Amino acid sequence: MRELSLNILDIAQNSVSAEAKTVTITVTAKDNLLTIRIDDDGKGMPKDFLEKVTDPFTTTRTTRRVGMGLALFKQEAEKCGGKFTIDSTPDVGTTVEASFKIDHIDRLPMGDLAETITTLVVAAPQIDYVLRYNVEDRGFGFDTRQIKRLLEGLPIESPEIVAYIREMLTENIKEVNGGISL
Amino acid sequence: MKTIEEINAIKAKMQAQLNMRSSIDNAGDTRIVVGMATCGIAAGARPVLNAFVEEITKRNLKNVKVTQSGCLGMCKLEPMVEVYVPGKEKVTYVKVTADSARRIVAEHIVNGNPVLDFVIGNE
Repeated sequence: MRELSLNILDIAQNSVSAEAKTVTITVTAKDNLLTIRIDDDGKGMPKDFLEKVTDPFTTTRTTRRVGMGLALFKQEAEKCGGKFTIDSTPDVGTTVEASFKIDHIDRLPMGDLAETITTLVVAAPQIDYVLRYNVEDRGFGFDTRQIKRLLEGLPIESPEIVAYIREMLTENIKEVNGGISL
Repeated sequence: MKTIEEINAIKAKMQAQLNMRSSIDNAGDTRIVVGMATCGIAAGARPVLNAFVEEITKRNLKNVKVTQSGCLGMCKLEPMVEVYVPGKEKVTYVKVTADSARRIVAEHIVNGNPVLDFVIGNE
Protein backbone atom coordinates (compact mmCIF):
# COMPACT_ATOMS: atom_id res chain seq x y z
CA MET A 1 0.00 0.00 0.00
CA ARG A 2 1.24 3.49 -0.78
CA GLU A 3 -1.07 5.42 1.54
CA LEU A 4 -2.52 4.75 4.98
CA SER A 5 -5.91 5.75 3.59
CA LEU A 6 -5.66 2.70 1.29
CA ASN A 7 -5.12 0.51 4.36
CA ILE A 8 -8.21 2.14 5.89
CA LEU A 9 -10.21 1.29 2.76
CA ASP A 10 -8.95 -2.27 2.87
CA ILE A 11 -9.75 -2.79 6.56
CA ALA A 12 -13.17 -1.16 6.17
CA GLN A 13 -13.88 -3.64 3.36
CA ASN A 14 -13.55 -6.40 5.98
CA SER A 15 -16.37 -4.67 7.88
CA VAL A 16 -18.43 -4.63 4.67
CA SER A 17 -17.87 -8.39 4.29
CA ALA A 18 -18.77 -8.86 7.98
CA GLU A 19 -22.19 -7.34 7.20
CA ALA A 20 -21.68 -4.32 9.43
CA LYS A 21 -24.44 -1.72 9.52
CA THR A 22 -22.15 1.09 10.64
CA VAL A 23 -18.42 1.56 10.19
CA THR A 24 -16.73 4.28 12.24
CA ILE A 25 -13.31 5.55 11.21
CA THR A 26 -11.50 7.66 13.78
CA VAL A 27 -8.29 9.46 12.85
CA THR A 28 -6.46 11.31 15.61
CA ALA A 29 -3.15 13.12 15.25
CA LYS A 30 -1.80 14.53 18.48
CA ASP A 31 1.63 14.91 20.06
CA ASN A 32 3.44 13.21 17.17
CA LEU A 33 1.17 10.16 17.27
CA LEU A 34 -1.26 9.29 14.51
CA THR A 35 -3.94 6.83 15.57
CA ILE A 36 -6.32 5.16 13.14
CA ARG A 37 -9.23 3.22 14.53
CA ILE A 38 -11.91 1.35 12.62
CA ASP A 39 -14.96 0.11 14.56
CA ASP A 40 -17.75 -1.94 13.09
CA ASP A 41 -20.89 -3.67 14.31
CA GLY A 42 -20.46 -6.63 12.00
CA LYS A 43 -20.56 -10.29 12.88
CA GLY A 44 -17.17 -10.26 14.63
CA MET A 45 -15.00 -13.35 14.92
CA PRO A 46 -14.40 -16.11 17.43
CA LYS A 47 -11.34 -16.01 19.69
CA ASP A 48 -9.39 -18.74 17.90
CA PHE A 49 -9.71 -16.95 14.55
CA LEU A 50 -8.89 -13.59 16.14
CA GLU A 51 -5.61 -14.97 17.53
CA LYS A 52 -4.29 -15.83 14.08
CA VAL A 53 -6.00 -13.10 12.08
CA THR A 54 -2.85 -11.08 11.38
CA ASP A 55 -1.15 -14.14 9.93
CA PRO A 56 -1.13 -13.58 6.15
CA PHE A 57 -2.15 -17.20 5.63
CA THR A 58 -5.39 -16.70 7.53
CA THR A 59 -8.39 -15.48 5.58
CA THR A 60 -12.12 -15.89 5.17
CA ARG A 61 -11.91 -15.73 1.41
CA THR A 62 -12.31 -18.79 -0.70
CA THR A 63 -10.42 -17.94 -3.92
CA ARG A 64 -7.06 -18.35 -2.19
CA ARG A 65 -5.99 -19.07 1.37
CA VAL A 66 -4.06 -15.82 1.69
CA GLY A 67 -5.28 -12.67 3.45
CA MET A 68 -2.84 -9.80 3.50
CA GLY A 69 -4.90 -6.82 4.66
CA LEU A 70 -4.53 -6.89 8.44
CA ALA A 71 -0.97 -8.26 8.23
CA LEU A 72 0.07 -5.31 6.05
CA PHE A 73 -1.59 -2.74 8.33
CA LYS A 74 0.08 -4.25 11.42
CA GLN A 75 3.47 -4.21 9.70
CA GLU A 76 3.04 -0.56 8.67
CA ALA A 77 2.32 0.47 12.27
CA GLU A 78 5.06 -1.57 13.90
CA LYS A 79 7.78 -0.52 11.48
CA CYS A 80 7.33 3.11 12.47
CA GLY A 81 7.22 2.89 16.24
CA GLY A 82 3.50 2.34 16.56
CA LYS A 83 1.21 -0.36 17.83
CA PHE A 84 -1.49 -2.52 16.34
CA THR A 85 -4.43 -4.04 18.17
CA ILE A 86 -7.51 -5.91 17.08
CA ASP A 87 -10.44 -6.83 19.24
CA SER A 88 -13.56 -8.66 18.25
CA THR A 89 -16.66 -10.19 19.78
CA PRO A 90 -18.92 -12.50 17.78
CA ASP A 91 -22.25 -10.83 16.93
CA VAL A 92 -21.07 -7.50 18.42
CA GLY A 93 -18.33 -6.23 16.13
CA THR A 94 -14.65 -5.64 15.59
CA THR A 95 -12.25 -2.83 16.43
CA VAL A 96 -8.92 -2.40 14.67
CA GLU A 97 -6.50 0.24 15.92
CA ALA A 98 -3.08 1.17 14.63
CA SER A 99 -0.79 3.97 15.71
CA PHE A 100 2.16 5.58 13.97
CA LYS A 101 4.88 8.00 15.01
CA ILE A 102 4.09 10.94 12.77
CA ASP A 103 7.70 12.00 12.17
CA HIS A 104 9.01 8.45 11.58
CA ILE A 105 10.86 8.31 8.28
CA ASP A 106 9.10 5.10 7.21
CA ARG A 107 5.57 6.30 7.95
CA LEU A 108 3.32 6.22 4.93
CA PRO A 109 1.45 9.42 4.14
CA MET A 110 -2.27 9.48 4.93
CA GLY A 111 -3.06 10.14 1.26
CA ASP A 112 -6.53 10.77 -0.06
CA LEU A 113 -8.83 9.90 2.83
CA ALA A 114 -11.75 11.69 1.13
CA GLU A 115 -11.43 9.30 -1.81
CA THR A 116 -11.40 6.33 0.57
CA ILE A 117 -14.72 7.47 2.09
CA THR A 118 -16.38 8.11 -1.28
CA THR A 119 -15.16 4.72 -2.53
CA LEU A 120 -16.86 3.05 0.44
CA VAL A 121 -20.06 5.03 -0.14
CA VAL A 122 -20.16 3.97 -3.82
CA ALA A 123 -19.09 0.38 -3.19
CA ALA A 124 -21.40 -0.41 -0.25
CA PRO A 125 -23.98 2.39 0.07
CA GLN A 126 -26.26 0.35 2.32
CA ILE A 127 -23.72 0.73 5.15
CA ASP A 128 -23.44 3.90 7.21
CA TYR A 129 -20.02 5.48 7.55
CA VAL A 130 -18.87 7.80 10.30
CA LEU A 131 -15.58 9.70 10.12
CA ARG A 132 -14.13 11.48 13.13
CA TYR A 133 -11.07 13.45 12.14
CA ASN A 134 -8.98 15.24 14.75
CA VAL A 135 -5.63 17.00 14.50
CA GLU A 136 -4.32 18.48 17.76
CA ASP A 137 -7.31 20.45 19.09
CA ARG A 138 -9.12 20.82 15.78
CA GLY A 139 -11.58 18.38 14.32
CA PHE A 140 -14.73 17.60 12.40
CA GLY A 141 -17.20 14.78 12.05
CA PHE A 142 -19.00 13.23 9.11
CA ASP A 143 -21.90 10.79 9.20
CA THR A 144 -23.67 9.34 6.17
CA ARG A 145 -26.84 8.87 8.27
CA GLN A 146 -27.25 12.65 8.38
CA ILE A 147 -26.86 12.85 4.60
CA LYS A 148 -29.31 9.99 4.03
CA ARG A 149 -31.87 11.83 6.20
CA LEU A 150 -31.47 14.96 4.06
CA LEU A 151 -31.77 12.92 0.86
CA GLU A 152 -35.11 11.39 1.89
CA GLY A 153 -34.70 8.17 -0.09
CA LEU A 154 -32.59 9.45 -2.99
CA PRO A 155 -29.54 7.22 -3.36
CA ILE A 156 -26.45 8.48 -1.52
CA GLU A 157 -24.27 6.76 -4.11
CA SER A 158 -25.54 9.08 -6.86
CA PRO A 159 -22.51 10.55 -8.62
CA GLU A 160 -23.60 14.14 -7.84
CA ILE A 161 -23.81 13.43 -4.10
CA VAL A 162 -20.56 11.47 -4.09
CA ALA A 163 -18.78 14.34 -5.85
CA TYR A 164 -20.02 16.78 -3.20
CA ILE A 165 -19.05 14.47 -0.32
CA ARG A 166 -15.55 14.22 -1.74
CA GLU A 167 -15.24 17.99 -2.15
CA MET A 168 -16.55 18.61 1.36
CA LEU A 169 -14.27 16.05 3.01
CA THR A 170 -11.20 17.22 1.07
CA GLU A 171 -11.76 20.81 2.14
CA ASN A 172 -12.57 20.00 5.77
CA ILE A 173 -9.61 17.64 6.18
CA LYS A 174 -7.30 20.31 4.76
CA GLU A 175 -8.69 22.89 7.14
CA VAL A 176 -8.35 20.63 10.19
CA ASN A 177 -4.79 19.69 9.17
CA GLY A 178 -4.01 23.39 9.43
CA GLY A 179 -0.83 23.17 7.38
CA ILE A 180 0.38 19.91 8.96
CA SER A 181 1.01 17.28 6.32
CA LEU A 182 -0.39 13.92 7.32
CA MET B 1 -15.69 24.14 6.67
CA LYS B 2 -18.21 22.83 4.20
CA THR B 3 -21.45 21.48 5.60
CA ILE B 4 -23.95 18.89 4.43
CA GLU B 5 -26.65 21.55 4.05
CA GLU B 6 -25.49 22.20 0.47
CA ILE B 7 -26.80 18.74 -0.35
CA ASN B 8 -30.33 20.19 -0.37
CA ALA B 9 -29.57 22.13 -3.57
CA ILE B 10 -28.08 19.05 -5.26
CA LYS B 11 -31.10 17.05 -4.12
CA ALA B 12 -33.55 19.46 -5.77
CA LYS B 13 -31.63 19.16 -9.04
CA MET B 14 -31.56 15.37 -8.80
CA GLN B 15 -35.30 15.18 -8.16
CA ALA B 16 -35.98 17.25 -11.28
CA GLN B 17 -33.80 14.92 -13.37
CA LEU B 18 -35.36 11.84 -11.84
CA ASN B 19 -38.83 13.01 -12.89
CA MET B 20 -37.59 13.41 -16.45
CA ARG B 21 -36.38 9.84 -16.72
CA SER B 22 -38.96 7.77 -18.53
CA SER B 23 -38.18 4.58 -16.64
CA ILE B 24 -36.25 3.79 -13.53
CA ASP B 25 -35.58 0.20 -14.40
CA ASN B 26 -32.59 -1.25 -12.57
CA ALA B 27 -32.60 -4.38 -14.72
CA GLY B 28 -31.65 -2.23 -17.71
CA ASP B 29 -28.66 -0.68 -15.96
CA THR B 30 -25.14 -1.09 -17.23
CA ARG B 31 -22.96 -2.30 -14.37
CA ILE B 32 -19.28 -1.49 -13.91
CA VAL B 33 -17.81 -3.78 -11.26
CA VAL B 34 -14.39 -2.92 -9.80
CA GLY B 35 -12.35 -5.50 -7.86
CA MET B 36 -11.82 -4.08 -4.37
CA ALA B 37 -10.01 -6.72 -2.35
CA THR B 38 -6.56 -6.04 -0.81
CA CYS B 39 -4.91 -6.95 -4.12
CA GLY B 40 -7.12 -4.57 -6.12
CA ILE B 41 -6.71 -1.70 -3.64
CA ALA B 42 -2.91 -2.12 -3.52
CA ALA B 43 -2.77 -2.14 -7.33
CA GLY B 44 -4.73 1.13 -7.63
CA ALA B 45 -8.45 0.25 -7.73
CA ARG B 46 -9.54 3.25 -5.63
CA PRO B 47 -8.71 5.97 -8.19
CA VAL B 48 -10.10 3.68 -10.92
CA LEU B 49 -13.51 3.38 -9.20
CA ASN B 50 -13.59 7.13 -8.62
CA ALA B 51 -12.57 7.87 -12.24
CA PHE B 52 -15.57 5.82 -13.42
CA VAL B 53 -17.90 7.76 -11.10
CA GLU B 54 -16.45 11.11 -12.21
CA GLU B 55 -16.63 10.31 -15.92
CA ILE B 56 -20.24 9.11 -15.59
CA THR B 57 -21.12 12.36 -13.78
CA LYS B 58 -19.29 14.50 -16.32
CA ARG B 59 -21.11 12.86 -19.22
CA ASN B 60 -24.39 12.85 -17.31
CA LEU B 61 -24.90 9.16 -18.03
CA LYS B 62 -27.98 7.63 -16.46
CA ASN B 63 -28.63 3.91 -15.92
CA VAL B 64 -24.94 3.22 -15.32
CA LYS B 65 -24.03 1.81 -11.93
CA VAL B 66 -20.55 1.48 -10.45
CA THR B 67 -20.13 -1.22 -7.84
CA GLN B 68 -17.46 -3.50 -6.37
CA SER B 69 -16.51 -7.13 -6.12
CA GLY B 70 -13.96 -9.04 -4.07
CA CYS B 71 -10.89 -10.83 -5.32
CA LEU B 72 -11.38 -12.69 -8.58
CA GLY B 73 -8.29 -14.81 -8.02
CA MET B 74 -6.00 -13.18 -10.58
CA CYS B 75 -4.32 -10.65 -8.30
CA LYS B 76 -1.43 -9.88 -10.66
CA LEU B 77 -3.90 -8.55 -13.24
CA GLU B 78 -5.50 -6.07 -10.83
CA PRO B 79 -7.06 -3.54 -10.97
CA MET B 80 -9.70 -5.62 -12.73
CA VAL B 81 -13.02 -4.29 -13.95
CA GLU B 82 -16.00 -6.17 -15.33
CA VAL B 83 -18.51 -4.36 -17.53
CA TYR B 84 -22.02 -5.77 -17.89
CA VAL B 85 -24.06 -4.13 -20.64
CA PRO B 86 -27.61 -5.57 -20.76
CA GLY B 87 -27.98 -8.02 -23.65
CA LYS B 88 -24.23 -8.15 -24.28
CA GLU B 89 -21.53 -10.49 -23.09
CA LYS B 90 -19.54 -9.48 -20.00
CA VAL B 91 -16.22 -7.75 -20.78
CA THR B 92 -13.31 -8.12 -18.33
CA TYR B 93 -10.65 -5.41 -18.29
CA VAL B 94 -7.32 -5.86 -16.54
CA LYS B 95 -4.58 -3.57 -15.22
CA VAL B 96 -7.01 -0.67 -15.46
CA THR B 97 -5.87 2.87 -14.63
CA ALA B 98 -7.88 6.06 -14.09
CA ASP B 99 -7.05 7.07 -17.69
CA SER B 100 -8.12 3.76 -19.18
CA ALA B 101 -11.30 3.92 -17.04
CA ARG B 102 -12.22 7.20 -18.76
CA ARG B 103 -11.55 5.61 -22.16
CA ILE B 104 -13.72 2.61 -21.26
CA VAL B 105 -16.61 4.96 -20.42
CA ALA B 106 -16.23 6.88 -23.71
CA GLU B 107 -15.64 3.96 -26.06
CA HIS B 108 -17.46 1.05 -24.42
CA ILE B 109 -20.27 2.52 -22.31
CA VAL B 110 -21.14 5.46 -24.58
CA ASN B 111 -20.21 4.14 -28.04
CA GLY B 112 -20.68 0.42 -27.46
CA ASN B 113 -17.20 -0.69 -28.56
CA PRO B 114 -15.22 -2.61 -25.91
CA VAL B 115 -11.66 -1.26 -25.61
CA LEU B 116 -9.69 -4.26 -26.84
CA ASP B 117 -6.36 -2.80 -25.64
CA PHE B 118 -7.31 -3.47 -22.01
CA VAL B 119 -9.37 -6.66 -22.17
CA ILE B 120 -8.12 -9.80 -20.48
CA GLY B 121 -5.83 -11.77 -22.80
CA ASN B 122 -4.36 -8.63 -24.35
CA GLU B 123 -2.47 -7.40 -21.28
